[in-house]
Amino acid sequence: MRKPFLLRKLISADTNDKNRYSRPMDCTLICCVLLIVAFGLVMLYSTGSYNGEVRFDDAGYYFKKQFFATSIGLFVMYLVANTDYHLWQRLAVPAYGLAVVLSTLVLFVGRSYNGSKRWLALGPLSFQPSEFAKLAVILFLAYVISRREKKPDLKFLMAVFLSILPIVGLVGTNNLSTAIIILGIGVIVIFVSYPAWFPFVCMVVAGGGFMALFLSVESYRLERLLIWRNPEQYEKGYQTLQGLYAIGSGGLFGKGLGGSMQKLGFVPEAQNDMIFSIICEELGLVGALILIAVFGIMLWRFLLIAQHSADLFGALIASGILGHIAIQIVLNIGVVTNTIPNTGITLPFISYGGTSVVFLLAEMGIAMNLSKCLPRSFGREKKKITHSEKRTTTA
Amino acid sequence: MQKNKTYNKKKLSAVFFLFAAVLLLLMGRLVYLMVFCSQYYGIKAEDLHQRERDIKAARGRILDRNGTVLAANRTVCTVSVIHSQLTDPEQVIQVLCRELELDEETVRRRVEKVSSMEIIRKNVDKSVGDAIRAYKLAGVKVDEDFKRYYPYNSLASRVIGFTGGDNQGIVGLEVKYDSTLQGTNGKLLTLTDARGVELEDAGETRVEPTAGKDLVLSLDYHIQSFAEQEAVRVMEEKQADHVSVLVMDPRNGEMLAMANAPEYDLNQPYVLQNTDSTRNLSAEETQEALNRMWRNPAINDTYEPGSIFKIITMTAGLSEGVVTPEDTFNCPGFKIVDDRRIRCHKTAGHGAQTFVEATMNSCNPVFIEVGLRLGIDRYYDYFTKFGLKTLTGIDLPGEAGTIMHQKEKMGNVELATVAFGQSFQITPVQLATTVSSIINGGRRVTPHFGRAVIDGEGKEEALVYETKDIGISPQVSSQVRGILEKVVSEGTGGKGGVAGFSIGGKTATSQTLPRSAHKYIASFLGFAPAEDPQVLVLVIVHDPKGVYYGGSVAAPVAARIFSNILPYLGIEGNPVPETENP
Repeated sequence: MRKPFLLRKLISADTNDKNRYSRPMDCTLICCVLLIVAFGLVMLYSTGSYNGEVRFDDAGYYFKKQFFATSIGLFVMYLVANTDYHLWQRLAVPAYGLAVVLSTLVLFVGRSYNGSKRWLALGPLSFQPSEFAKLAVILFLAYVISRREKKPDLKFLMAVFLSILPIVGLVGTNNLSTAIIILGIGVIVIFVSYPAWFPFVCMVVAGGGFMALFLSVESYRLERLLIWRNPEQYEKGYQTLQGLYAIGSGGLFGKGLGGSMQKLGFVPEAQNDMIFSIICEELGLVGALILIAVFGIMLWRFLLIAQHSADLFGALIASGILGHIAIQIVLNIGVVTNTIPNTGITLPFISYGGTSVVFLLAEMGIAMNLSKCLPRSFGREKKKITHSEKRTTTA
Repeated sequence: MQKNKTYNKKKLSAVFFLFAAVLLLLMGRLVYLMVFCSQYYGIKAEDLHQRERDIKAARGRILDRNGTVLAANRTVCTVSVIHSQLTDPEQVIQVLCRELELDEETVRRRVEKVSSMEIIRKNVDKSVGDAIRAYKLAGVKVDEDFKRYYPYNSLASRVIGFTGGDNQGIVGLEVKYDSTLQGTNGKLLTLTDARGVELEDAGETRVEPTAGKDLVLSLDYHIQSFAEQEAVRVMEEKQADHVSVLVMDPRNGEMLAMANAPEYDLNQPYVLQNTDSTRNLSAEETQEALNRMWRNPAINDTYEPGSIFKIITMTAGLSEGVVTPEDTFNCPGFKIVDDRRIRCHKTAGHGAQTFVEATMNSCNPVFIEVGLRLGIDRYYDYFTKFGLKTLTGIDLPGEAGTIMHQKEKMGNVELATVAFGQSFQITPVQLATTVSSIINGGRRVTPHFGRAVIDGEGKEEALVYETKDIGISPQVSSQVRGILEKVVSEGTGGKGGVAGFSIGGKTATSQTLPRSAHKYIASFLGFAPAEDPQVLVLVIVHDPKGVYYGGSVAAPVAARIFSNILPYLGIEGNPVPETENP
């Protein structure tokens, strides 16, 4: 009885890292991702068919483009999931540099859509550098912080934080919302890396003060706040109000898939930022809560991955991904339900956007590769032991 | 390479739980929005998606007593534009300009106005509407609607009246019976998208309209036409200002005809008749002229009835026994009342005469005497009892009230003038109604046009009118009829007679105020058969030129009407020997 146990111990100690990452990937995470992606495509077809029909005479216009991007994304996810994440250590800095270059490039040769210059044209395809920038920043931070042999001090982390400000500034010139997400990811990763709590409390206070200053300097931002309080009294509150109409008219069980009225031009660009309101209208409170729950499970898996990751690099990548997805979900649903003032943030995996879904799925690939570190559940572990016992006894 | 330390795990847990907490808050917010605010937002959203369109109910028709349609509906179209659905505004403007014959500026302003639905033109002919529909222009809607249509144009115009743009009654029977004629509009609820395009698969909720009820009149198309024809004839012959002819059944108050020449075209009620085009009328003057044109003088205007009112004095006198037909009087050509000398129309005087003869002569002093014998109190009582102080209750709007002396302020002079029909004013319909109730045996009837109402299922509901006893005996009624028959067969009303028929009647010639204008109203009231009156005719000619006596101007009109309608009504005359009527 003792020998196999010792043997197992020896083997696991001996090939600690390698063995750890030769385990299967986390099934729960894979299921969550595939479920949400499939659900997102269905909802996108439902939501975008009216606008597609009206603008392009093709109800499937948005769906087809998104389906194409999702296919690429799934392929990328598969490749990345089967690539040892340590590879990204070497690519982290170049990726960050590339993100900076592309974000600069988009300022000069970018293509505008809906009045925002956010896209780079690549032949028939268009590419949104800011989506890539999020992933690049996660990898860059994880790499720079984990590489340092010494225990990270505040000075070092401040320096790291400052190093991502260029990209925040570049992205922020034409896409404030994404810049805020990148900043948020940065804060979370640095927060996780540094043992003390106090500096972050100061940071939150300072950030709040900065926000107040920021809002009061530009009057149109203050106007946003007024609209937020009373969307019915402002013309610019139209989108918010229409979203609320959609959510409210959904009720408990919704109008059924495809049954939304508000997507028929009432909620502008329903397939984009406001898609959650249409989900509420069609699938009701129950559908919306289930979706949030699935997102919650996904976040929980990221937490587990980060906590079981052997090295800080993997843990920080998982933290960054968790922060990224969580910030977008919270801000998007917050905006759609008029809990916070309006700002354009998409719902991950579900809102229309090709670049976004490709890089989100790439992130999921990294997370899946990381998930090999997760221990088997107790029952399966036990089963495995008995199996190896049998083998050793027979031998 | 750094290891993943405990504090890293702890802090990420903190981040995770922070987000989890926020997500829970958002879920709470969703519960609040989708459960507690669901109704509020749901209703708001529904309002946004639903378009409600009225389906016009057909207005009930107006029929004469024989079923001839006097007012019906014609299908017309309303052309409107839905701004958000326009694809080629220029073409739309061009086509609508051409088809609707509107100037480009007007059409352009309406087409380019940003509104959910803008009406370009109402009451467009169906053929034009069909033509516009045939263009299949995006954003142009042609809705069918009903427009009132009067097949006989001016027939009984001042009685029937007309409707406004929304098919609501404006004057005449159209407004009096508006609630009966007006149906209940139906509703069409459809769902639309944000551009206002109706969704095809969403289905529509239809609330069917209920058509208005048909109104059957007591009016007879043939009698009305004939009365109008005669009214116009006498108006033209005598260059009169206007002429009213009332034909009613004294037994029940049914109005068989009410002609008021000149009539106007009900299909073009805003076009003034007989105005000199040389004068440009101001908007106010035009409106005043239109109001005058639409008035029904037989109901809306009062006048001094003159000698016809002697019937009332006679009835009161006979009823009270202050006079009998055989009483004899002497007329010196005037009568002194208190300090006044009131002249008879025959200044030389009628000399000695019986009461019957005095009536035949329409002798004023005799009737002054009868009035004085009754005294103010009794005369006033009869005046009130006969219903002269109250409205007749005819089913037309705007009936004018009686203008009469206050009893306390009445002296013998006033009584004397009232006795032969002057110094007070009543409407023609009041006069006809009061005489009807005297000659029908003493029942005051309610004059009316509406006879029955027929609903959509063909169920007929008769309209009921009240009658009131005026407190005279059948004998008195019969005596009055007899005396009035003599007036026509042997007296001043001779020209109101028709050979072979026994007709009772009374003439009147009254001077309008101010007396200095020397304007007269010639009138004649006749009824037939004299013994059992079934039809009563009142002819009033306002301001005839030349001869202005009622007996010469109005009585022949009544005679022509009688000779025409008595056979039509199936009233048998007595065959008369040729010799008696040379």
